[in-house]
Formats: sequence, structure tokens, C-alpha cells
Amino acid sequence: MAMLSFERKYRVRGGTLIGGDLFDFWVGPFYVGFFGVLGMFCTLLGTALIVYGAAMGPTWNLWQINIAPPDLQYGLALAPLLEGGLWQLVTICALGAFSCWALREVEICRKLGIGLHIPFAFSVAIFAYFVLVVVRPVLPGAWGHGFPYGILSHLDWVSNVGYQYLHFHYNPAHMLAVSFFFTTTLALSLHGSLILSVTNPGGDREVATAEHENAFFRDAVGYSIGALGIHRLGLFLALSAGFWSAVCIVLSGPFWTRGWPEWWSWWLNLPIW
Amino acid sequence: MIARANRIAGLVALILGVVALGGCEKPPQVTGQQGFRGTGMVDVRTPMAVEQALARNQVPAALPAAPPSGTKAGLVFQNVKVLGDTDVTEFTRLMNAMTTWVAPKEGCAYCHDVANLADDSKYTKVVARRMIEMTRHINASAKTHVAETGVTCYTCHRGNAVPQYIWHKAAPGEGGMTGFTDGQNVAAPVVGLTSLPYDPFADLIAAKAPAQAIRVAANTALPTGPSRSIKDTEETYGLMMHLSQALGQNCTFCHNTRSFYDWEGNPPRRATAWHGIQMVRDLNEQFLTPLASTLPAERLGPTGDGPKLNCATCHQGASKPLGGVSMLQDYSVLK
Repeated sequence: MAMLSFERKYRVRGGTLIGGDLFDFWVGPFYVGFFGVLGMFCTLLGTALIVYGAAMGPTWNLWQINIAPPDLQYGLALAPLLEGGLWQLVTICALGAFSCWALREVEICRKLGIGLHIPFAFSVAIFAYFVLVVVRPVLPGAWGHGFPYGILSHLDWVSNVGYQYLHFHYNPAHMLAVSFFFTTTLALSLHGSLILSVTNPGGDREVATAEHENAFFRDAVGYSIGALGIHRLGLFLALSAGFWSAVCIVLSGPFWTRGWPEWWSWWLNLPIW
Repeated sequence: MIARANRIAGLVALILGVVALGGCEKPPQVTGQQGFRGTGMVDVRTPMAVEQALARNQVPAALPAAPPSGTKAGLVFQNVKVLGDTDVTEFTRLMNAMTTWVAPKEGCAYCHDVANLADDSKYTKVVARRMIEMTRHINASAKTHVAETGVTCYTCHRGNAVPQYIWHKAAPGEGGMTGFTDGQNVAAPVVGLTSLPYDPFADLIAAKAPAQAIRVAANTALPTGPSRSIKDTEETYGLMMHLSQALGQNCTFCHNTRSFYDWEGNPPRRATAWHGIQMVRDLNEQFLTPLASTLPAERLGPTGDGPKLNCATCHQGASKPLGGVSMLQDYSVLK
């Protein structure tokens, strides 16, 4: 694959966390590294296990393939392969692959001498997955509390877990997470349209400047967060969405067993009414 | 300045964190699986909740069995319209049991004129007679719901003259343009403190042919005719919140929520619940609604209707009333 003339400048030796020079090379445009190799192993093994599970299962319909966690009776022990054991192995592979990807990002950041914001941001997504399939099942003591791997089956799980708490929209952490998700898209669309508007002013006019961007929002809402600030805000909003998603699901069950509407009785019981 | 702001922010975060933890229930919880693995059909409760539900649903000791006298109650007492064929010792035993079940403090005089036991002038006696008929009706014709466990007066009354969980038709909402709640949006306990419509019963379970069907879920991808309103749907949701509270269970006790219209993959107990709803409608129509004319004003609801029953009337927080222990075995006269 062709390399741009200036790309070579950034492809420098070193910065690896493990393996020294052994895996410090590129395959085409892709940096490999120790975590690239290990991550590829986890990915291929996990995918193969899912395909094996599908082969053992009742359907090849992509929507309906289901790798379900074990019955609750197995607790935190290993389950037979076709009764949840596959799910346990796939979970290990998935966590391995995700973590390798994050650590490979760290190595690339170190090579470039930039901050670790990207692997940090990706770690929040891994954290949310880890909470779903490890923390929340381990707290009540059974892997069976994890969610199944399947396109429709995981949606069924989401539906049922929501209805376990009668009305999940009353979950305060869920409220925060949903609000952050929506605010993230709002901020991204405002930012994206603003950048496009100054770079595409129309006609033969020259591309506008950062001061135009600031002036637009000062005129519209009285304040402009600024070119750097909008990215800080965007990252905060996006990571908060993932973080509160993890919180809202780990609360449901381990820390709250009744309907979520009932949680709000503290509000109804305030002496101010 | 910034360090100080950080300290204050840290302190606020700490306080909020502690407050948030105060709203939690301490793990570990008791869990049980209710469907195929990985469907998320799981029951989660605190160990304390399990104990409390058990404690609230203890069966009282049965009165000692009465040796049959060979004489029928109808021959000994006058005006015995329902239990006339019962042996008189068993009849008296039931009367004593009913006193402890329904009016333990007031005693016989709660229903009877003690000078003339046959007298029907107290409304409570007329109601009690009708309720014995209702109990027998349930035990004979609602086996799809109560099975052989059956019910007795105690199933609902639990020592109260009026069972603790009953319902009246709600008063129409007051207030004009700004205060009109349209029968919803008030965090009503009957629908689990949600904003759902707080009187789902009048429309859904008051009669055998209710004003409105419970089923609102479509079973086609696109509408094929006039569809049900969101308010109708929320009334159904409200009724289901009531059912959940009455049984002390979450939705997945009966439903695989992946599709409410579909019965496949649902626990068989969903069918038991369905029969229960038919039973409640039947009892409200046949027995409870007509009793309103017998009752004094203080027993009537805000719109003048009599008390009626719903799922909580018997269940009282347990998926099987009284833990599924049958009291009917000891009082077979109620069969």
C-alpha cells in the first residue's frame, strides 16, 4: 500500500509496552505490536467460537443466532460448553480483544508522543462492557446475569431486564445516560454543522475563520465554548453517556431490586409537600 | 483559587455519592431464574423482602375438627339460606372461624343481632352470606386459577372486616385547564408510584365484558384498523403494575417481554394469571357490584359504587396467597 511522503516521519521505532522490537512493525497501513498479535488471536478465537456455537445451535439466521450465558445454577463456575460455557469463553476473548485494542492505541500514542485521550475514551466503552458481563453478574454471584450474544437475543434480554424493574425509564442513572446520549448528538451536530458552515461559505467567498465560529454562537446563545472547548465538552458528554449507562445497569439488581418508580418515593416523602 | 474550587467540587461529589448510596439496597440479593438462560427473565429481591413476604402470609391454625352431630344446620337454626345442609357442628365451627377471620374484635355481633341470630337486619350478615356463596363459587368454578388450593374468607380478610386491598371507581378529576390530571400523572401507589392512569380497574376488570380490553399490543407490523390510544395502553400498563405489586413479582414472572402478543416462550403461569383476570371480572360483576345497594354510604366509593376486588385482594404481595397453603382442606364446607 502506498505511503504518503510525510507518513514515514511518524513511523518511528519504540514506545512499545511489551515485546520490545519483536512486534514493532507495520503490515501495510496497520501498526501491529504485541497487542495487535494477541488482539487478533482473541478476535479470531472468539469469532470462531461464536460460529461454532451457531453451528451447534438451531439456526444460521444471522438475526437469531444466540450464544446465551449459563443457567443461574452454575453460579460463578464454568458451565458445559453448549450450556453457557461458550458464552464464558467468548466473553474472555472479547475482553481480551477490546483490551488489546486499547493497549495498541496506547503504543501508537507513545510513538507519536501524544496524549492518551483516545485509549482512555475507548476504555470507558470497555468499562461499560466489563460492568455488564463481569461486575453485574459477579455481584449477585452468577454468570447467568450476563447478556446473551446475538442480535435479537440481546435485545430480548434488554427488554426483560428493563421490565424486571417495572419501568426502567424511572432509573435515575438511566435518565442521566439517555440525556448524555442525546446531548452528545446535539453537540456533535452543532459542531459539525458549524465547521461545515465556515469551510463551505458558498459561492466564491473565502473560507471563514474561528472568530466567525465564535461570533455565530455568541450571537445565537450569548456564549461560545471555543475551538478546544467544544472537543473537551464532546468527549465529556460522550464518556458520561457510556459511564452512566454502566452505572444504571449495575444499580439494577445488585443495588436495587424493586420497581424503579418506587425508588422515587424519597422525593414524594420530602417534607416540603 | 482553582485548588479551592476543586476541593469544594470534590466535597460536593463525595456528599452526592454518599446520598446516592443511601438510595441503594445492600447486596447480595436473592435471585431466581424464570425463563430460558440469557433471556433476562430473572427474579431479584433482597433477603429481607423474601422474609417479610413470608411473614405477611402465614396461615392461622385451623379450629379443632368438629365431630358430626348428624343434624343439619337448617333444622337447628332459622333462616339458614346457604349452609342449611351443613352438619350443625361444622356450621358452628365455620361461624366461629369466620369470626376470627373477619371480625375478631367485634365478635358475633358484627353480623348478628345476638338476641335473634336469624335476623337479617344487619347489612353485614347479608353481605357475609353472599360472600360465602362467592367463596363456594370460586372454589367450584375457578379451579383454572385457584386450583385445589382454593380460597376461604381468610384469603382476603386476614382479620379485617373489610379486606385491606379493595378498589372503588376513582372520582373524576377536578381542576380546569391547569389542574386537570385526566386520571393520571400523580405518582399513585396503586400503579406503583408511576404517572400511569390510577384507576385501571373500572375500565378493565369491573365486568365480564369490560369497557376496554386489556390487550393493546398489535400483532401485525402495520395497523390494520383503528388502533388503541396511548392512554388505553397506559391503563393496561397501570393494571400490570398493580398485578406486579399484588404478586410481589416483576413483569418477567409471567411475560417474556420480547413480544407481549405472543404466548410462546412465556411461563405457564401467565395462563394462570389470565384465568385470574377472568375470575376477578366474573366476581366483580356477579357478586361485588350488585352488593352496593346493600351497603351503607360509608362503605361506598366517591362515585357511590361498592368495594370491588382486584389481584391484591387475595394475593397481598405473594405470588401464591398465603404461600400456597390450602386452608380449604380444614373447611371443606366452603368447597
